[in-house]
Amino acid sequence: MNALISTALSGVVMMFAGLLIGNKQRIKIVAIVVLLVAFAANLAELSTLGAGERTYYGMITVSHFSILFNAIALGATLIFFLLSGSAFEKVGEHVSDYFALIFFILAGISLASTFSTLLMLFLAIEIISIPQYILAGADKKTPKSSEASLKYFLMGSFSTGILLMGIALIYGATGTFNVAELALGAGKVNTLALCGIILMAFALSFKVSAAPFHFWTPDVYDGSPTVFTSFMATVVKAGGFIAFIRIFHGAFVGERLTADWQLLLAIITAATLIIGNFTAVFQQSVKRMLAYSSIAQAGFMLLAVISMNTFATQGIILYAAAYSVATIGIFAVMIKLKDYTFDGFNGLARTQPVLAITTTIFVCSLAGIPLTAGFFAKYFVLAAAVQQGNLLWLVITAVICAAISAYYYFRVIIAMYFKQGEAETEEINGGFKLMLIITAAIVILLGIFPGLLLQFI
Amino acid sequence: MLTVLLILIPLVAGLVTFGLKGSGPKMLGLIASLASLAVTVGALFQFRTDPGAAALKLDASWIPQLGAKFTLGMDGMGLMLCLLTAISFLLIFIVIYNREYERANSFYGLMLLSQAGLVGVFTAYDALLFYVFWELALIPVYFLCSLWGGEKRIPVTFKFFVYTFAGSLLMLVGLIYIYLQTPEHSFSYASFVSGAVSPEDQSWLFWLFFVAFAIKMPVFPFHTWQPDAYEQSPTPVTMVLSGIMVKMGLFGVVRWLLPVLPKGAYMWSDVAIVLSIIGIIYASCIAIVQSDIKRLIAYSSIAHIGLMSAAIFTNNEQGLQGMMVQMFNHGVNIIGLWIIVEIIQNRLKIKNLNEMGGIAQYAPGIAIFLVVISLANIGLPLTNGFIGEFLMFSGLFQYNVWFMAVAGLGIILAAVYTLNMVQKVIFGQSNALTETTTDLKANELVVLIAITGIILVLGFYPKPMLELVSSTTELVNKVY
Repeated sequence: MNALISTALSGVVMMFAGLLIGNKQRIKIVAIVVLLVAFAANLAELSTLGAGERTYYGMITVSHFSILFNAIALGATLIFFLLSGSAFEKVGEHVSDYFALIFFILAGISLASTFSTLLMLFLAIEIISIPQYILAGADKKTPKSSEASLKYFLMGSFSTGILLMGIALIYGATGTFNVAELALGAGKVNTLALCGIILMAFALSFKVSAAPFHFWTPDVYDGSPTVFTSFMATVVKAGGFIAFIRIFHGAFVGERLTADWQLLLAIITAATLIIGNFTAVFQQSVKRMLAYSSIAQAGFMLLAVISMNTFATQGIILYAAAYSVATIGIFAVMIKLKDYTFDGFNGLARTQPVLAITTTIFVCSLAGIPLTAGFFAKYFVLAAAVQQGNLLWLVITAVICAAISAYYYFRVIIAMYFKQGEAETEEINGGFKLMLIITAAIVILLGIFPGLLLQFI
Repeated sequence: MLTVLLILIPLVAGLVTFGLKGSGPKMLGLIASLASLAVTVGALFQFRTDPGAAALKLDASWIPQLGAKFTLGMDGMGLMLCLLTAISFLLIFIVIYNREYERANSFYGLMLLSQAGLVGVFTAYDALLFYVFWELALIPVYFLCSLWGGEKRIPVTFKFFVYTFAGSLLMLVGLIYIYLQTPEHSFSYASFVSGAVSPEDQSWLFWLFFVAFAIKMPVFPFHTWQPDAYEQSPTPVTMVLSGIMVKMGLFGVVRWLLPVLPKGAYMWSDVAIVLSIIGIIYASCIAIVQSDIKRLIAYSSIAHIGLMSAAIFTNNEQGLQGMMVQMFNHGVNIIGLWIIVEIIQNRLKIKNLNEMGGIAQYAPGIAIFLVVISLANIGLPLTNGFIGEFLMFSGLFQYNVWFMAVAGLGIILAAVYTLNMVQKVIFGQSNALTETTTDLKANELVVLIAITGIILVLGFYPKPMLELVSSTTELVNKVY
């Protein structure tokens, strides 16, 4: 609850900050300060919560899991602000508004991690989505940005409609919006409810850019200002997954029912993994490669949604943290480069060794190399799927795809270290380098001791 | 404590080396490898007096939520491979001491990190820890090959990386599956070998592990990365790859496949042996027609490893013991061969056998050592290669006479390509280029004398080595 209130208030604060503060650098500092306050407020709730969970007005339920997830989302956003905050200025004039919109997205995410009725879920998804449509079109000078925004808006609205339809069908079948009272798993599966579940699965698959609902992703990610793509592909995506996992694990549980949607999601997962990874191989732009790789990573996170066990819950937490931090890091580096193609990274190790080595760590994490956070993230979601028992074909597909992913991730390393060239970068200050090193250190720390995060669940 | 030191010395030295300049990296590399060898010898004495000594073990908490622990230990085979690693790295560092590498700090740093990873693989007694070290040994080698290799190094190394990474991931799935079957959800070696996995599961789990190990060895048809990688890598790295790293695959089978999935291994042993034998014949035939000396040795290595991998699955003591002894001996011999190749390549800048000839007249030292090491490589009696090959063939004979008969053709083929190579390199007509060959320098001489010493001592008196690995052989036989 604290996270929801504090992030919403932070958004309002940032809107006023834009009116009162002229200096853009100061606006960034204000954003970081209010984010820290929100982070602290979220953690403070842990002490008042005790061992169990607390429901507010039958609408939202705060638990250790939700607090931990919000801490990850807020922490990742903090890293995002520190690494990429100055890039906001290049997008356009309304810097404080951009910060405000991001805080509103965070409010949506904290609602997604705490909703206890389908209505709240719908609100969460909408609160997350609408600011994103605006951010995608923030760069008004570039037609590609406007195109991305329009495309995102149209497709997003369409999927929202499907989500609403799904919710309506489930309400029609059960007579309640309350997740705890749906009781869909008991007895025979209601056809109406099943249709609703399928529609919800489709809509949420769209939100997390799972295949075959991923078509918007590369264009929107490519067209949006890079700094916002970084946020969309990481924290926001993790927010979508938290909604996904909470509704499917919390409400759609039952022997027959689970098997039905598991098969559907397993097919979606396999398609996501295969399409995401194979298409990423052929990209020439690192930004587009990251867009497809985010589809591929979504496939891995879907393994956690399909699996109904503790590993899945631990896995999604670790995955959200590992993936967000590493991707924010690599995007931050990319923003500093003048050329977003693979060739743009040529020879970066010679000109900017700190950038190259930290990027290597981020890329290794995304590929799932041991001693980086990404390894344990992948480990947990794979373990969850193996434990599920009947999904070994999917697990094997996933690991083969992970091996393929090494191909395109390592192209970045090859460009930086093994190819001749003079990667052109903007001026890079010591503070930025220090932040990158800290971010890389977090990736390695979680890669050696994942328990640091998991102990809080 | 000794085991931890064996990992810590190259790890810390490797990290420090990145920050050094001038001749600092090569000095530190030499010191660290000397220290590693000293500690390994200390561990060897400790092992002979008390194999269960606390100094050879470590059991620390790592990820309690997963049941993964930081468990290190030593058995005869692990110790033997640690010894091989320590000796090899020391020899490599001595022989390349007067070479100047671009960015020497990174080169030596990565070499030392790969040593740490290798020792970790050989000493890990926790499956997850084993997996982590397994991958960690690979990463520095990837960078070493890609940065200091030949012209086609980037795609070749990349293929090597993706191949081994894919195999590793399959193994990871197998590890997770077995982990979930263990009653207490633990990665410890004891839990893994407790027999919790059903025979039906073992039959398919076998392949997840076997493919990972077969790629690393490499066994036919998973070998295609190897000749290119050996050819394109800088020679010191090729020494690490062929001398030590391929042993990771063999080691993995003995430590993590046979005891954990004995029924799976028993079920598929025929297939594994047939693949290995195909590899022996196929690689030997290709080696005969090679004109590139690096590729010739690379293919000969596939053939030798093929015999070792066939011997593992023979399910008898002699085959296993021969294979383990041969792991050490093959490592020493192949590194010896690479050292000579490195010396020739450094002097003449050529790899093509047809451009060589007559070196014996101008560099008799090189010629003598090449002959001795080549003969050891084909298992001539009274060289170290003999006892291992004899035991392996004997094991194979007990398993299936026909398998042994076909695999035995490999001996003849090995003699053909090896003697042909010796003939082309050192005898025959010299040319303007080979006449410029200068003989061995002091450091090269020291290294080659050491290698020849090992070859002859273990050829005449292989008992200490057989005794060292016997504890592991007994253990493996119990689980079948």
